Amino acid sequence: MSSAFPGLRLTDLTLGYDRHPAVHHVSGTFEAGSLTAIVGPNGAGKSTLLKGIKGLLPVLGGRIDCGAWASSALAYLPQQAEIEHDFPISVLDVVLLGHWQTIGMFRAATRTMRQQAEDALAAVGLAGFERRPLAALSVGQRQRVLFARVLLQDSPVILLDEPFNALDARTTADLLALVQRWHGEGRTVIAVLHDLEQVRQYFPRTLLLAREVIGWGATAETLTREALLRARAMGEAWSETASLCVRPPLADEVAG
Amino acid sequence: MSGELWTTLQDAAVGSFGDYAFMRRALVACLALAIGCGPVGVFLVLRRMSLVGDAMSHAILPGAAIGFLLGGLSLPAMSLGGFVAGLLVALLAGLVARMTRLREDASFAAFYLISLALGVLIVTLHGSTVDLMHVLFGTILAVDDTALLLVAGISSLTVCVFALMYRPLVVECFDPGFLRAQGGGGGVIHLLFLALVVLNLVAGFQALGTLMAVGMMMLPAATARLWARQVPGLIAVAMVIAFLSGYGGLVLSFAWNLPSGPAIVLMAGVFYLISLLVGPVGGVLPRLLPRSHLEA
Repeated sequence: MSSAFPGLRLTDLTLGYDRHPAVHHVSGTFEAGSLTAIVGPNGAGKSTLLKGIKGLLPVLGGRIDCGAWASSALAYLPQQAEIEHDFPISVLDVVLLGHWQTIGMFRAATRTMRQQAEDALAAVGLAGFERRPLAALSVGQRQRVLFARVLLQDSPVILLDEPFNALDARTTADLLALVQRWHGEGRTVIAVLHDLEQVRQYFPRTLLLAREVIGWGATAETLTREALLRARAMGEAWSETASLCVRPPLADEVAG
Repeated sequence: MSGELWTTLQDAAVGSFGDYAFMRRALVACLALAIGCGPVGVFLVLRRMSLVGDAMSHAILPGAAIGFLLGGLSLPAMSLGGFVAGLLVALLAGLVARMTRLREDASFAAFYLISLALGVLIVTLHGSTVDLMHVLFGTILAVDDTALLLVAGISSLTVCVFALMYRPLVVECFDPGFLRAQGGGGGVIHLLFLALVVLNLVAGFQALGTLMAVGMMMLPAATARLWARQVPGLIAVAMVIAFLSGYGGLVLSFAWNLPSGPAIVLMAGVFYLISLLVGPVGGVLPRLLPRSHLEA
């Protein structure tokens, strides 16, 4: 990592699709080196926020500030990565793509890079899988391969969108350990998650989202019963056809 | 097999290429076509765009017809017209997919049908049926030096462009989201690839005709899937099978005076059907054979 990563500051950020806002007026900072879970009901805009941070969505309002870092330098693992699973490619080749920022479209991968890719595979528990075709792997093993690719990207910020979906306990534990390791190395990790127990246990900070920020801070203080109820009510009150920035009635009216 | 039949085949398989310059030219044209069409077909199959190749081959027709009207039976004029028409349809289809609800395959189908109807209309209004047959089915045995240079030039260009865009193209097929996250470029790669598809169809067009050109592209590529597990292997197998089909088709066509285009594509079809049965990667027979589970 070259120059120090200053953290990720969002200022009154509004994101959406087809000029249709999906996340409203988010303001706050992911401190450098923080480990944050993004939590919220389905359709709360968690994935949208992650895509926005990664620079894959147009910003409808406000701004994202991460110093001199280009959004392409942030490692991003999308939900259910739209990967062609039976594509005839070897596991090692997939992992080597993690070097994209260095080798790009045309440069060759060096022996060192290969060694790093093999080390990354070993780190996710897939040593000896280098030559196997991706198509022969299980869902859990494929997610391990994608984590190895993220590992190789050596990015100061790692964005994970529901990284443990459909994984068994063993795989989840192994990959969670990797997330902890990234945190220990001082990387900024932001993960969209559903398992609240997991969040309470492993993620020091939480952003509770329901189209707008319900709470953002230390996990224990953010994931309160009232806040979760409020988030759920906001999620249910959301109308798909609303085109303007109108706030739905707040939770105390709906729930109370 | 009767002796006479055997002699005819033997003459065609060996003698014809020594005796007749047009057979040698046709064979070289087949080699060039095979080298260009191999990788193009393989990536069409990998991108699940097999039928787009078919659509594009039809889309070329009106351009070729207009070239034919303006320049007569001149290959450069017809090829240029075909290339422009094919690229236009590809661009329009891509544009429609991006701007409207229609997916790319639906808009491809719409544009190639319009294009094909327009082509048939132009040819029948201004030419004879013989001309139409020529445009539709081609004549590899009439390949002259100009045509040979064109086909060889296109296949050389294809190989060079593939060498340059191989990695992004593989990533764009396999994990387009990753390419986007790394800063994009997928759209340009996609367009470049479509341009190569059109170019190679134009190359195949003089030899095999607009309707058959796609056969030399898709059949060997689909066959290769049954023999190879990785992309370089797929490309190599597709090239070899395309060339063997070309050779076999020429021999049959010479021996029994058959139209060369269909003969070549049918040979490719025979390779495909045989591979379906015996292909080691997912063919019918290897699947039926009992295999010790310890091997796996």
